[in-house]
Amino acid sequence: MIEFRSVTKQFPDGTVAVREFSLVIPSRRITVLAGSSGSGKTTILRMINRMVDPSSGAIEIDGADISTLEPVRLRRGIGYVMQNSGLLPHRKVVDNIATVPLLRGEKRKDARARALDLMDTVGLDRALADRYPSQLSGGQQQRVGVARGLAVDPNILLMDEPFGAVDPLVRAELQQELLRLQHDLGKTVVFVTHDIDEAFLLGDQVVIFKPGGVVAQIGTPQQILAEPADEFVTRFVGADRGKRALHVRSEGGRDVVLDADGRPAGVLVGAAPTRDEAGAAAAAPGASAQGDRPR
Amino acid sequence: MTEWHSAFGWLLDPANWSGPGGIPVRIGEHLLYTLVTLVIAVVIAVPVGVAIGHTGKGRALAVQSSGVLRALPTLGVLLLLALWLGLGFGPPLIVMVLLGLPPLLAGAYAGIDAVDRATVDAARSIGMTGWQVLSKVELPLALPIIIGGIRSGCLQVIATWTVAAYLPLGGLGRFIYDGLAVQNYAEMLGASVLVILLALIADALFALVQRLVVPRGVVVGRASDVRVRSSKRLATTSESTAG
Repeated sequence: MIEFRSVTKQFPDGTVAVREFSLVIPSRRITVLAGSSGSGKTTILRMINRMVDPSSGAIEIDGADISTLEPVRLRRGIGYVMQNSGLLPHRKVVDNIATVPLLRGEKRKDARARALDLMDTVGLDRALADRYPSQLSGGQQQRVGVARGLAVDPNILLMDEPFGAVDPLVRAELQQELLRLQHDLGKTVVFVTHDIDEAFLLGDQVVIFKPGGVVAQIGTPQQILAEPADEFVTRFVGADRGKRALHVRSEGGRDVVLDADGRPAGVLVGAAPTRDEAGAAAAAPGASAQGDRPR
Repeated sequence: MTEWHSAFGWLLDPANWSGPGGIPVRIGEHLLYTLVTLVIAVVIAVPVGVAIGHTGKGRALAVQSSGVLRALPTLGVLLLLALWLGLGFGPPLIVMVLLGLPPLLAGAYAGIDAVDRATVDAARSIGMTGWQVLSKVELPLALPIIIGGIRSGCLQVIATWTVAAYLPLGGLGRFIYDGLAVQNYAEMLGASVLVILLALIADALFALVQRLVVPRGVVVGRASDVRVRSSKRLATTSESTAG
């Protein structure tokens, strides 16, 4: 469990990136920090491994105040995956994955063997082990990044827009892969994104930020869609328009769900047919991200 | 044309290639002077430049002092130091080191500076200490540019050491000053050709080293190539990684 207690971060130039931020991040769940750029979400992520230290307030991991922990040791115990993979360009894939275990003093042979196992875990062909990052596709590089993040079998995995730079097809694939991994490994994942579809798809808990490091709402995707805290959240999650503003129409005895433009988004199953023709509004979290919308 | 003929005549005359003042001895002296100068300049400039690149502090100072050093008139400083410290190896060595510092300093901090900040940030984020970031990430990636700085410094130092014969010292400049004294233009021109050849050979050697130290992963695919290639290969990639 990671706990933020009224954490504020003010940079030397006076910018307040995070203001009085409090949050409990539960273990073995995915918590997504979502917001547009400049909302302080990456700063919050980077506070967890002390890449940024708060100006005031405290952060605890499993009850231990991290300001008392040595940053380098702390970071070596936390997985970190970032946009554009952040791999070392002059090291082979397998050496990139083994970087942190080697820093922690593991034997070269063991670290390599484990790195190869991790390549299987993240769905990379072992034949790529001796390639350099520049020889891989963007999606493959991100997989290597995830493997590196998992290399020391950390309890906590920090992911800073890890799929932000890959194209939508590969992104969808990596998202599903992450969900599968999380199902098997059960890490405490903190995931930063500006893509609300991604947040709703991956997050057990979603935190939505307003610009200036202010929390707009914290909740499950269902809660946020059902009861958006304010106008900002409604707009940010797009509940007022397009693919999220769905309504139900009864057609031939079945309930067809239509989007805002009147296109069919699906069929309502497992619910009693509605009497009202232009009926109740239904919300479908992440409908498009799951790609289950018929054309 | 006759000057060139006589210059090559001087160069090809076996009498000039033997004895204590012969061409091989002078070349040896010239190389030794250059080597000593470069070693001292590297020891001073590379750590300072690397420190500036790594910490991002002191760059303005480095740029300004490099500019000042570059603007120094070599011969003037040489005479000043010789008057102050007396004749000998010391004054010209100091001048040559001063001459070599700016390109080396620039190469060192520009090299570290050119390393992708995201890569450095990533290295810190996964738990490398400052020294590890420097030795395992920044230096290997910056090495080609650092060597490039030494390369351009070497070129200047080789060329300028000729001036030191004025003091008087050995080296290939000896022929130029001695030739001037007796109006032997063949000897002067011949010696100049040797200096140029020496500089070109040294430059070629450094160019080779510079290529050799480029880390392999960086040679295999430049970032721009990768992007083009990855988007073309996209379909096959997603198939192969899905399976």
